Amino acid sequence: MLTKSGAPKMGPLDLSGEAPGGPAAGASVRLDGAGHSYGVLETIERLDLDVAPGAVLGIVGPSGCGKSTLLELIAGLREPSRGTIAVGAETGSDGRLALCAFMPQRDLLLPWLSAIDNAALPLRLAGSTRSQSRERATAPLRHFGLSGFEQTRPQELSGGMRQRVAFLRTLLSGRPALLLDEPFASLDAITRAEMQSWLAGVLSEQPRTVILVTHDVEEALYLCDRVIVLSARPAIAMAEVEVPAPRAEDRAAAVTSPEFASMRAGLLGELGKGASR
Amino acid sequence: MRARAWLPAAAVLLGLLCTWELSAQWHVLSDLLGIRDFLIPAPTDIAAALWEDRQLLADNAWVTFREVVLGFLCAVVIGVGFAIALHLSETLRRSVYPLLVGSQTVPLIVIAPILVVWFGFDIGPKLAIIALICFFPITVNTLDGLRSVDPDLLKMMRTLGADRRQMLGRAELPTALPFAFSGAKIAVAVAVIGAVFGEWAGSSAENGGLGQVILVASGQLLTARMFAAIFVLSVMAIALFSLIALAERRIVTWRPGAEPRRS
Repeated sequence: MLTKSGAPKMGPLDLSGEAPGGPAAGASVRLDGAGHSYGVLETIERLDLDVAPGAVLGIVGPSGCGKSTLLELIAGLREPSRGTIAVGAETGSDGRLALCAFMPQRDLLLPWLSAIDNAALPLRLAGSTRSQSRERATAPLRHFGLSGFEQTRPQELSGGMRQRVAFLRTLLSGRPALLLDEPFASLDAITRAEMQSWLAGVLSEQPRTVILVTHDVEEALYLCDRVIVLSARPAIAMAEVEVPAPRAEDRAAAVTSPEFASMRAGLLGELGKGASR
Repeated sequence: MRARAWLPAAAVLLGLLCTWELSAQWHVLSDLLGIRDFLIPAPTDIAAALWEDRQLLADNAWVTFREVVLGFLCAVVIGVGFAIALHLSETLRRSVYPLLVGSQTVPLIVIAPILVVWFGFDIGPKLAIIALICFFPITVNTLDGLRSVDPDLLKMMRTLGADRRQMLGRAELPTALPFAFSGAKIAVAVAVIGAVFGEWAGSSAENGGLGQVILVASGQLLTARMFAAIFVLSVMAIALFSLIALAERRIVTWRPGAEPRRS
């Protein structure tokens, strides 16, 4: 019998001893009047955001509206052209870089490493030996339904498995803030639905501050406490929706409820307005 | 499967050898072009020379082989070193890369005697010549490989806390490895040519390598021996090429640039 995550449950997820200074439940993320331009091209006009530690924020918006740029700004890969961005108490890009883990749209697993070595990459980067890092990654990898695939190279894994390895890699970095850039966009609809309920389960066990950028309104409404709609470039926040009961145990029932349908219709309406701003 | 893959090439080779043998036996070319028989020895004559001169060929092949292997190893170190340095420094790429390209336009046949004047008849000038022609394909290919790394991968590694050295060692160098092997395969094939040039420019008469054997045999009109030496050189180049191809298959066990399998 498979659980909702499509993976056998084996007790609570154990990421013990991961982060220097104890496991991280989340860091706050604040944007004050943050804006960004590439030369003369203004990508983000002005954004004010406040994400509480452990909250899950969804960001939806039309293609090319600067959602990925926004994540790179928060992650500390870029500096905003205007305004400030703070993760926890850190406002500098190096400080933010040390608190955020960034999971890009493509899993970007290293093809020459096995599943377990890919998942354990942040531990290796932090200076653990190969055997130490493998030992630490073994239990969570099993927990993520990848037992028996530890030594498998990424190209032999299915899309869903690859995404789970990539997500575990993000988690094992021990960073309090996770920035997910359309993490399930490359998956087929069925696998995507499975991965969404799987992620909901992981987040309830391992609360982190999450900022999830997605095209998929349903995904945002199912996974996030709050969803923000961005306008077309230069981006501003068009609307904000509070989700009363996110990450329900039964995904299928949750996304087919009338309340969900009306929230989705509302968001899609805002998206339509934002696209033609 | 593998034997079948080789079959067409082997058939063509056999056909050519037979034609060659028969035309030599029947004096076709010598009659047709009015040249003397000994200038074009039959394959059987070459085989006979291979056997009779086996000691001479083996001793000199060993000399050439050492030059090729050592020169090639120097080229790998220099080539990969250049590639990494050029990759890491924009300034170097702009200032030194054009010079490296320029170094390849200087004719080797001109360089070889100068190096002999500088370094003498020893192994030194041969290594220098081999390294000089071999490093270039390795540098160009490895540099292409280093630059082909997905920028998103480097961003992801940065957010996971990787420093410059770790990005190089864990992402860029492994990505570049198949490219470096391609460069090395090209390089090792020309390394043998470089060794012969080096030996022609100057070698001791005793055990001067296969290039020297060819040069001396040419003076004595021993054409069969010349062809035998050329044959040994080819076998050496093919063997070294195969060895690197084998190493590549052993080391690069992932599919470079493979797209993820969809679930």
